[in-house]
Amino acid sequence: MLGELREQLRSGSAEDYLCKLFEKIERSKLNGFTTLAKESALQQARDFDRDRSPGQGQGLLAGVPIAIKECISTRGIQTCCSSRILQGYIPPYDAHVIERLKAEGAIIMGKTNMDEFAMGSSTETSCFGPTKNPWDLNTVPGGSSGGSAAVVAGGEAPCALGSDTGGSVRCPASFCGIVGLKPTYGLVSRYGLVAYANSLEQIGPLTHTVEDTALLMQIIAGHDGRDTTSAEGKSDYLPVKEGVKGLKIGIPKEYFGEGVNKDVEKAVWDAIHTLEGLGATWQEVSLPHTKHALAAYYVIAMSEASSNLARFDGLRYGLREGEDKDWHTTFSDIRSKGFGPEVKRRILLGTYALSAGYYGRYYLKALKVRTLIKNDFLKAFKDVDLVAGPTMPIPAFRIGERINDPLSLYLADVFTVPINLAGVPAISVPCGFAGHLPVGLQLIGKHFDEATVLQAAQAFEAATPFHEKKPEVV
Amino acid sequence: MITRDDVEHIGWLASIKVEDTEKDDFVKQFNSILDYFHQLDEVDTEGVEPTYRVVDLANIFREDVARPSLSQEDALKNAPRSLDGYFKSPRIV
Repeated sequence: MLGELREQLRSGSAEDYLCKLFEKIERSKLNGFTTLAKESALQQARDFDRDRSPGQGQGLLAGVPIAIKECISTRGIQTCCSSRILQGYIPPYDAHVIERLKAEGAIIMGKTNMDEFAMGSSTETSCFGPTKNPWDLNTVPGGSSGGSAAVVAGGEAPCALGSDTGGSVRCPASFCGIVGLKPTYGLVSRYGLVAYANSLEQIGPLTHTVEDTALLMQIIAGHDGRDTTSAEGKSDYLPVKEGVKGLKIGIPKEYFGEGVNKDVEKAVWDAIHTLEGLGATWQEVSLPHTKHALAAYYVIAMSEASSNLARFDGLRYGLREGEDKDWHTTFSDIRSKGFGPEVKRRILLGTYALSAGYYGRYYLKALKVRTLIKNDFLKAFKDVDLVAGPTMPIPAFRIGERINDPLSLYLADVFTVPINLAGVPAISVPCGFAGHLPVGLQLIGKHFDEATVLQAAQAFEAATPFHEKKPEVV
Repeated sequence: MITRDDVEHIGWLASIKVEDTEKDDFVKQFNSILDYFHQLDEVDTEGVEPTYRVVDLANIFREDVARPSLSQEDALKNAPRSLDGYFKSPRIV
């Protein structure tokens, strides 16, 4: 789709296309965008339209607009992580992924809503208010990259970037019926991504098709010396390999049964049988530590958050109100006013988990359980090429339904967090519906084997109509 | 069990003032979340090494040469309070 769009823009007008999107966004009920970079985007589109000399407009995304999650730094465009404490912050530099997109001619059209500091799976904790799911305006789009997913699913942007710490790209992709990939840890530079839990998170694409995700990966993946965890080497993701003949798919028994919505379970099994019909084989595998992944994930994520978010003190950027008092009181007051309840909960619990006397019981223990979870995947991948299951155990839930019970929200992340703990890549692709709401199939691959993940996802997409279904409300 | 006093103390450690009105909710939520975390106690991790990062890391070196960085003006642009080219902080003592 993006490839064709690029060709259309080359012969048509990028400015017209962009204006139509901005008009649609003005009328939108989704609340997916937080800031529109109208002036700079339209200027770039006009420049693209004017310069038709050979050699110009040759980039992989030349003239194509893209929406960017609030937590990815964009020079000159507000990047506040949907938090009051960072409102007004205008980054003086671009994240690595933004530099790469611009180098390929992409047009940054604006920033998208998210759970405050990416802490959530519903996009309800944003200081800009909740984003709505284009399939049903009373339900959440998932999160934390809910704005990015909603604007792509709702036709307000052709593609977007999100970030995934415990499912934050795959969950909203699943809830909004689009494609979302969490790359292998280290594959995409985190330079310029505002850190929440830095040992877990990766930036990833949200698109309509698997090929579009492969195209964005082609652009954003690759080594960057400014991120000390950035992996060496560069792979090709295009063209996506065809077919699944001979691929061995593992089905973890822990990903089905109790707690999984029956319609979700059926859609996912139908998907597995579709892949089987295309020539893949499947066998049961076991990931025995799955049930402990959530606890380990939340201990680690909260601990890292308590450290990473210590930088928000109103000194170099962000909220600063009233008369300065002494050092500690000033910062404590700013942070009390600037952070929302979920962010406070996670910082406080993380501080507790790292405090003297509890470090061994919580943080160190969680890191050891993380080793066991990673080993579960390494063991399974000795026998199979991919692991498949539901992305989310449930379809999108109603806005407000879970927000006052944090633990019930955390439990929805049961199948997405193990992937971040293990650092492996995983994609969510549309595989059916539970009632009127989309369901996502999760395909999990070996470290740095995005190629096989994309291959199976594309074969499935080519054989099924789900990615072509569009929500009616928009 | 986490108490109201514990919440206030953790808030002090984290430099977040916890309002009196927030304390009861936090006490309830923290106890239920920590209770959930205690299932980690069931896992046998005898002899298991912790995983801090999933990718193997080595020290990364680069040549010690000056490279362009933010100008003082850009660095101060987002500072809510600055003075004579510095960030203006609250009083320390």
